[in-house]
Amino acid sequence: MSANEFLPWVRRATAPSARAGMPAPVAATDEKADSPHGLQRRTFIQLLGVGGLVIAFGPGGARRLDAAEPLPGTAASPWSPHVYVRVDDDGTVTIICHRSEMGQGIRTTMPMIIADEMEADWARCRVEQAVGDPKYGSHNTDGSTSIRDFLHKYREAGATTRALLEAAAASQWNVDVAEVFARQHEVVHRATGRTKPFGKLVATARTIAMPATASVRIKRPDERRWQGKTMPSIDLVPMTTGTAVYGADVTLPGMKVAAIARPPVWGGKLVSVDDGEARKVPGVERIVRIPETPIPGAFFPLGGVAVIAKDTWAALRGRDALKITWDAGPNGSHDSRAYRAALEASVRAQGKPGRTNGDAAAALAAAERKVSAEYHVPYLSHAQMEPLAAIARVQDGKVEAWAPTQSPNDARNTIAEYLKVDAANVTVHVTLLGGAFGRKSKPDFICEAAFLARETGVPVRVQWSREDDMRHSYYHAVAAHRLEAALDATGKVTAWLHRSAYPSISATFAPNVAGPTPDELTNGASDVPWDVPNMSVEACPAVAHARIGWYRSVNAIHHGFAIGSFVDELANAAGKDPAAFLLELIGPDRKVDLSKAGLVGAGDTYYGAPWADHPLDTARARRVVESVKQRSGWGTPLARGRGRGIAVHRSFLAYVAMVVEVEVRPDGTVLVPRATVAVDAGFVANPDRARAQMEGALVMAMSNTLYSGITFAEGRVEQSNYSDYRVARMRASPHLVDVHVVESEGLPGGIGEPGVPPAGAAIANAIFAATGVRVRELPVGRQLDGWAAAPPLPGST
Amino acid sequence: MITLTVNGVRRTFDGDPTMPLLWYLRDELALTGAKYGCGVAQCGSCTVHVGGKPTRACQMPMAGLRDATVTTIEGLHPTGEHPLQVAWREIDAPQCGFCQPGQIMQAAGLLQDTPKPTDQQIDAAMNGNLCRCGTYPRIRAAIKAAAEKSP
Repeated sequence: MSANEFLPWVRRATAPSARAGMPAPVAATDEKADSPHGLQRRTFIQLLGVGGLVIAFGPGGARRLDAAEPLPGTAASPWSPHVYVRVDDDGTVTIICHRSEMGQGIRTTMPMIIADEMEADWARCRVEQAVGDPKYGSHNTDGSTSIRDFLHKYREAGATTRALLEAAAASQWNVDVAEVFARQHEVVHRATGRTKPFGKLVATARTIAMPATASVRIKRPDERRWQGKTMPSIDLVPMTTGTAVYGADVTLPGMKVAAIARPPVWGGKLVSVDDGEARKVPGVERIVRIPETPIPGAFFPLGGVAVIAKDTWAALRGRDALKITWDAGPNGSHDSRAYRAALEASVRAQGKPGRTNGDAAAALAAAERKVSAEYHVPYLSHAQMEPLAAIARVQDGKVEAWAPTQSPNDARNTIAEYLKVDAANVTVHVTLLGGAFGRKSKPDFICEAAFLARETGVPVRVQWSREDDMRHSYYHAVAAHRLEAALDATGKVTAWLHRSAYPSISATFAPNVAGPTPDELTNGASDVPWDVPNMSVEACPAVAHARIGWYRSVNAIHHGFAIGSFVDELANAAGKDPAAFLLELIGPDRKVDLSKAGLVGAGDTYYGAPWADHPLDTARARRVVESVKQRSGWGTPLARGRGRGIAVHRSFLAYVAMVVEVEVRPDGTVLVPRATVAVDAGFVANPDRARAQMEGALVMAMSNTLYSGITFAEGRVEQSNYSDYRVARMRASPHLVDVHVVESEGLPGGIGEPGVPPAGAAIANAIFAATGVRVRELPVGRQLDGWAAAPPLPGST
Repeated sequence: MITLTVNGVRRTFDGDPTMPLLWYLRDELALTGAKYGCGVAQCGSCTVHVGGKPTRACQMPMAGLRDATVTTIEGLHPTGEHPLQVAWREIDAPQCGFCQPGQIMQAAGLLQDTPKPTDQQIDAAMNGNLCRCGTYPRIRAAIKAAAEKSP
């Protein structure tokens, strides 16, 4: 079937612009309601009084909204629903999406689950993007949470709406509700075959008793139309015709554009600015000081000097013409080379326990054979394709912002705190996100726009240049890892010691956090699926000298790289096949309640979920490894310069194994011609988007592993753009990525993030298989230069 | 005064001649399909056609566009059904979608000159267009699918 059959709610190809003034009520079917900006409240709130059925779903169940009642998410009704479904008298179904779209396909998957359960006709459904407001529940699109936190709630929402419409039909026909069933936008009377379209049931559904959410029936697997099958993304037409609206694509009447010079060192301050040349640039209109935020600055702007101009080019030119003297502040001596040595010294001493089983130190001391290795991973920048941009307008004490944000709630609250206004007076509209990867969880850039709009009295778009984006990120932590293991005479691992040192994300929010927190270790280090009796996972000190933040997969990136590489080193030391060794290390099938497995200080939840819901299930780890081993041609010979690497990792409650095949050219260039992936993430609602996430995770891991690295000198980031912060390009990228999405009815895990961590190790292990060069430091860069001059590896053809 | 044609419409420009085409398209014409990604021709998100050839709009000053013919993603096909656009949708190539207009414009240039490109020709033509979501395998597949359908 053509993808185009599934594009019922694409936006019109009109130039985007938000409207000034108070909007007048319009029908939800009016094409203006398809605008991404500013109209959601109109369709859902102002229309409450003019027909249609609106049901909200939140803690405690479902509620039919009535114009006479206070709206949810207000002081009068603090209830915070997460899903709204509206059925109009003409049958149009509208679903509010409270998650940000950044490539994972949630704007398709979420409404598709609801429409499936309510037996709606997909072609008559449309989606609206929620504004950041408590009445739409949590928007925070982060931590691979959308489906794993909300799958059941979406199903309940759809099923409750279906049950209400069925009850309405039964009431109209005066028959028992058991005699009717919903089928593709109508309700059918089983005995007579009579039908009533959804739209004709709305008036009745507004008056009869609501079914109790707890009593509604969720579809059986064999009744599902779309869940667990592939659904094309709803935004494909705008995305391929240039009409999709991202952050910088929003324009307001009278809007100015701002470019900002920010302190180049975290915690730095402005000493003096000479803006004479900047003011001479044609189109530059104003220069505005933004106060610096003391460190740790959390989500607040860094401060600096803003140049406000009539267009982007003038703003950028004006900003570049500023002559500024900065005081570097306390991080002015931060230097990546010296810091690396400090991290390495840190992991050579005992750290704070994150997991303790048996006595790893004693077992290592007594070991017949001991293997140890250290790994180093640099800071990373998200380098999402869309540099940060945000638009804001302040009128009559009310702040309205438009931004590509993963967390409009955080944006709203941060703006309120920064501008000292009530959060109820701040509205944050969510555009599409041109990549995010965690950077757009932080609303510093939206706060800048709000501040400048208030200072200037006109709407302002803040446009970050690529260089701004690279140099003022919230960086993925630089890390050092030391691993030691004891092998017995049969090559079995009897002790596992893992020490890590990296600045904590907590250091961005609180002073004096030095090194990984226990929660950070459970992001794929202290929760490894190994069958080893003596285990010690330790956190070693590391002081933060830069803003540290979430980056897709977070600490699981360097945990996964170090652990997956070390396992391969152990296999080689034991003289065993790496895949066979991996299966042996996972050991017999068992379910381990990690909260009782020796973790120290790991908190009440695991990725925000109850520990007991997600035991470590080693059979799932084993099966994904066996899947990739079998499908990849593991063990079959490859030409010289080619090699396969294998790794498995669990993060965000999903198990992912990969076999990556690399081709290392004689000049040291690495290509990744093919990869085999298996992912067990419990129930997967939209398997093709899960496959796409695995393909993308592999390519992102190529960047992390082969090319990218942020370094500091004198406290400043040394990289500036894609020329010196290299990322994967087409030529090196896979021609074949064979992804096996495990079919499961289990509790859903994450999909967006868990693919990255095993990929890095699998690439490095494949490089070792191809060349004999062990990568212990990322990125690979030019480390493989000259490898071809070494003698061929035994067994290569 | 610079006169040029954008998506079939004659336009005049009398602003800063050093302004890159990208900002003219986005800020003055509200054609926002071409994206700002790097500003230094490293990412290809701003790719448009100038005189029929894929061009990085971020590095093309207005002064160089006297009597030029510019086509953006909005003007590639009147109803958005260029074979590449159709193939992109059938393969569900985009993730976030931000780089895809530039990718499609670059690929359209490739197919004009090389209607049946090999993998190597695709890689060479597309290597300057970045995608951080990692959609490269699907972009390659979509280009091949579009090429196979063309006569």
